[in-house]
Amino acid sequence: MFVSMNWIQDFIDLSGLNIEDLIHRFTLSTAEVEDIYYKGEDIKNVVAGQIVSIEKHPDSKKLHLLKVDVGDKVLDIVCGAPNVQLGMMVPVALEGGRVAGGEIKKAVVAGYESYGMCCSESELGISDDHSGLMTIEEDVKPGTDICDIYPVRDIIFEVDNKSLTNRPDLWGHYGIAREFAAITKRPLKEVPVDDAEYNEGEEVPVEIRSEHAYRYSALRIANISKTVSPAAMRIRLYYCGMRGINLLADLTNYIMLELGQPMHAFDGKKVDSIAVGTPAEKGKFVTLDGNEREIDENTLLIYNNDEPVAIAGIMGGLDSEIVGNTDSVVLESANFDGICVRKTSSRLGLRTDASMRYEKILDPEITVTAIRRFVKLLKEVDPDCKVVSKLADKYPKKYPHITLTFDKKYVDRYTGIDISNEMIIETLTDLGFGVNFRDSEFTVDVPTWRATKDVTIKADIIEEITRIYGYDNFKITTTKSPLRPVRAEAVKSEDALIKDLLVNKFNLHEVHSYIWCDGKKYKKLGIEVEENCRILNIPTPENGTIRNSMIPTLLTMVYENKSFGPSFGIFEAGRVVDGYLSNGYCNERRRLGVVLFDKTAAEKDLYFKMLNMLKFIIKDIKHDDGVFAKAANITHSYQHPKNTAEISLDGVKIGEMFTLHPMNNQKIDKNAAIVCAEIDLDSFFALPVKDVQYVDPSKFPAIDYDLSLVLPEGTKYSEIKEAWEKLNIPELTEAKVIDIFSAEGVHSITVRLSFSSPDRTLAMEEIQKHIDAVLSNLAEKDIVLKQ
Amino acid sequence: MEDKTSVIREEFKKRIESVKSSEEIEQLRVEYLGKKGHVQGLMGQLKAVPNEEKKAFGQAVNQLKQEIEKLLHETHEKIEKEEEQKLIDSAEDYDVTLPMDLDKGSYHPITVIQREVEEIFRTMGFTIEDFSEIVDDYNCFEALNIPKHHPARDMQDTYYLSSGQLLKTHTSAAQNSIMKKYGAPLRAIFPGRCFRNESTDACHENTFFQMEGIMIDEDISISNLIYFMKTMLSEVFGQDVNVRLRPGFFPFVEPGFELDIQCLICGGDGCPSCKNSGWLELCPCGMIHPNVLKYGGIDAEKYTGFAFGLGLTRLAMMKYGIKDIRVLNSGNLKSLSQFIGK
Repeated sequence: MFVSMNWIQDFIDLSGLNIEDLIHRFTLSTAEVEDIYYKGEDIKNVVAGQIVSIEKHPDSKKLHLLKVDVGDKVLDIVCGAPNVQLGMMVPVALEGGRVAGGEIKKAVVAGYESYGMCCSESELGISDDHSGLMTIEEDVKPGTDICDIYPVRDIIFEVDNKSLTNRPDLWGHYGIAREFAAITKRPLKEVPVDDAEYNEGEEVPVEIRSEHAYRYSALRIANISKTVSPAAMRIRLYYCGMRGINLLADLTNYIMLELGQPMHAFDGKKVDSIAVGTPAEKGKFVTLDGNEREIDENTLLIYNNDEPVAIAGIMGGLDSEIVGNTDSVVLESANFDGICVRKTSSRLGLRTDASMRYEKILDPEITVTAIRRFVKLLKEVDPDCKVVSKLADKYPKKYPHITLTFDKKYVDRYTGIDISNEMIIETLTDLGFGVNFRDSEFTVDVPTWRATKDVTIKADIIEEITRIYGYDNFKITTTKSPLRPVRAEAVKSEDALIKDLLVNKFNLHEVHSYIWCDGKKYKKLGIEVEENCRILNIPTPENGTIRNSMIPTLLTMVYENKSFGPSFGIFEAGRVVDGYLSNGYCNERRRLGVVLFDKTAAEKDLYFKMLNMLKFIIKDIKHDDGVFAKAANITHSYQHPKNTAEISLDGVKIGEMFTLHPMNNQKIDKNAAIVCAEIDLDSFFALPVKDVQYVDPSKFPAIDYDLSLVLPEGTKYSEIKEAWEKLNIPELTEAKVIDIFSAEGVHSITVRLSFSSPDRTLAMEEIQKHIDAVLSNLAEKDIVLKQ
Repeated sequence: MEDKTSVIREEFKKRIESVKSSEEIEQLRVEYLGKKGHVQGLMGQLKAVPNEEKKAFGQAVNQLKQEIEKLLHETHEKIEKEEEQKLIDSAEDYDVTLPMDLDKGSYHPITVIQREVEEIFRTMGFTIEDFSEIVDDYNCFEALNIPKHHPARDMQDTYYLSSGQLLKTHTSAAQNSIMKKYGAPLRAIFPGRCFRNESTDACHENTFFQMEGIMIDEDISISNLIYFMKTMLSEVFGQDVNVRLRPGFFPFVEPGFELDIQCLICGGDGCPSCKNSGWLELCPCGMIHPNVLKYGGIDAEKYTGFAFGLGLTRLAMMKYGIKDIRVLNSGNLKSLSQFIGK
């Protein structure tokens, strides 16, 4: 919102104060100022000049040769404006003067000397009207500086609208002026209003049919003869971001910018009774911008004789718009349910200056003041106008009056500093609060313009006191609360350990990706988006499904990074949704996804690299061995039916490791090996960390016994190790695979069994007995010693 | 007598001049000073020397012995040095300027920043909490004093899910659960990923990281809040930071503030990165709204507290000079692999 400091000074005397400092303090005490504009700074040496002679330029259709009286002399000026008239008073930029376009110099225009420039409003920067010369209607002498005739010079500051969301009272200059009053401790003047009785004629009939209309005030004014608003008013409107339209429309805008109360002026000839309500069925309505709007059963409308004439709080209708020639007006100053206005406005995609204000929940108390202010200003411009109705004022919904009580101790505790009683009283009074201080207790009446939602509890009062006191003036201190030991979260430390290992030991790269499936990217890799929880309102519906695994998105990233290097690995610790809980909510799981990509290694080698990596991580963090077993079924179609393994720890499934289905692998890269793993971190973190079981090393020598075995095709190591594990040999301390070899259909493995005892040297015969038992177990599976 | 020692001396001097290695020195030592060496041989002749000459003879032999020892020692040292030098000279001169392929892994920049900030809070006695990304309306809005139809729900465009839940729009969504979990007094931070339904460009992302912190105890004041924010941010930026507070509106705090830090690039004089204002808007904060404490099961008459939010994504971009926010979720290893430190 744009704020004019000239306008502010209608209501508060800021003389002797530095305006920029004040605006800076406004940022610190009230709302963020985004920008400051110095209007009219560029205008220099522009005076009123009277056209005393007009001659047509002999060779030009457009140009005129003027003689212009600028007070101390008469200047020759060549002028191209279409509306030159004898005797007309216009702004003249003198030689050496400036307008927004630049410096004015003596020039030869189409063969004639010109000693200045007659200006349009647009050239002066006071409106966007460049259709012709500005006419100075005011009674001034030639030579008078334009800045002495019109408020061309002004400081405008722009407040961030978002920072006014909670302050309906700041959507007009008067409310802002109240803030300056509190900041500067100078008195705020009252708004001059018309105080006539309005007891002529009949009230405009107003019927309220909807609970969303809180107050509706209306007045009929007739005998209006003026159509153009005064230049000073138009300049203010323009500087504050609005365009001059006609006197009545300008006045409603002016009052909205001044008091924050949106108003609507219906053509008095077309509107004779008012009703506020919602339509029984859907329909169409043409707003005054000429657009046809869809209205529905929830659209609050203003009716005239059961015909809609406006969408309440948003925009009037085309048919009842004020056009140039009307002489009477029905004035609306109303208060509507802000939520209802906001919903309609966002449904229609039509956000107006009025709806923006209603959304903030305006004070309904102000509607009549706005009407009286309108009449006051109209009478100044058009003294012959007449109020021809009584004041209609239907007010079905009032906000409750709010009174808050608190003591000084409460303020001290909340602020941590000592703000005096006097300062508290003064600040609140300046802001319009009623303050009663008795028996060390403050009783505060919240003014109506703050009571619609903004100030409701005593903590809100703290803000009022402290922001005006100034946070810069706070003495700052540390807390008194004692330091307490902090519980370390296993989740955090193990998460960090995993990342450290992956990055520092295994040289992988951490990535972040989106929580939803990217349908297009998946498709490229032949990956189906599997049914899962969906985002209802995502703009790109093909991305609307929440991922149920980390892997597919990581694969799309691998695909996009193929040029990064011949081999790399990436991982992400993120979240997926794995179906639903019993209450229908998503089963959100923390997951670790890892993908290795290698163009130089065999898939088998990469597979075992992943296996080693996962085993290492599990062992390092949980001091326990993860169990890897071939999965009976695959859970996703992109997994390889053969080489998909389930990972479990302590009997709990914690994840999967797999190569890709050949079809998907080929789509990513025909020549690369790709291996994936996904760990359910929630399951993993929940498992206990095993204590280290320390055993004194035996003082007696260990004996190693190597077995070179020949295996039937497809034998898994898990089957081999059963042969000794089920014997439970206490002296068998370790079993190690020394070599694996396959050639010409013969598969062999060499295993080294280590035996030792803590209390004696083992005899060879004893060990041989164990070996025989092992071999006999192996023989049952057709595993035999190599010859 | 003199002759005998002189002959041996001269002969020794000639011999030692041609010595080339420490082995030869050892040979000479044995030959002259060994048990069967020339010097011992002279000593053996002592018996045959007349008594009155014995002393002189003995002295002459001893002197010879000392001279030989000295020469042997000096020569040995010289040769050892030569041999060391030979070893050094014969070594290969390695090219230390050769490039090495480090194949180094990398952390996501958010992880790096998050760890730095978490460490700071850990030292200040804060519990670090984790929270889900999918939350319900109660946690994200209602428990934060944002009732239905409140404009704040429009301010942050929300992704709504078919499960009736939503993707959390701010880390504040964890406040209620954490208050209920720990009660007061409480110091906790909770970093997390947040989502806003908006279109992305170089400055906007629909998926980003925040970190929220709360501190609740008896008598926590605005004065404490400012002190704390200044101390904490000075730690985060590794230099003394000036802060200022402005009123800001967030339904879950009262009063609410926008906290600005004095621009670290220009020191407050004004430059392009602070849009010439000298200040950078950095984090929203405020005193926790009494209703929010109540929803969290905390006695709002007895306890007060403050809350603040830090944009981790923003911090990471500031720290590394990342100009396009989309880099962070791109998975582009040409960018991401540069963040090798933790």
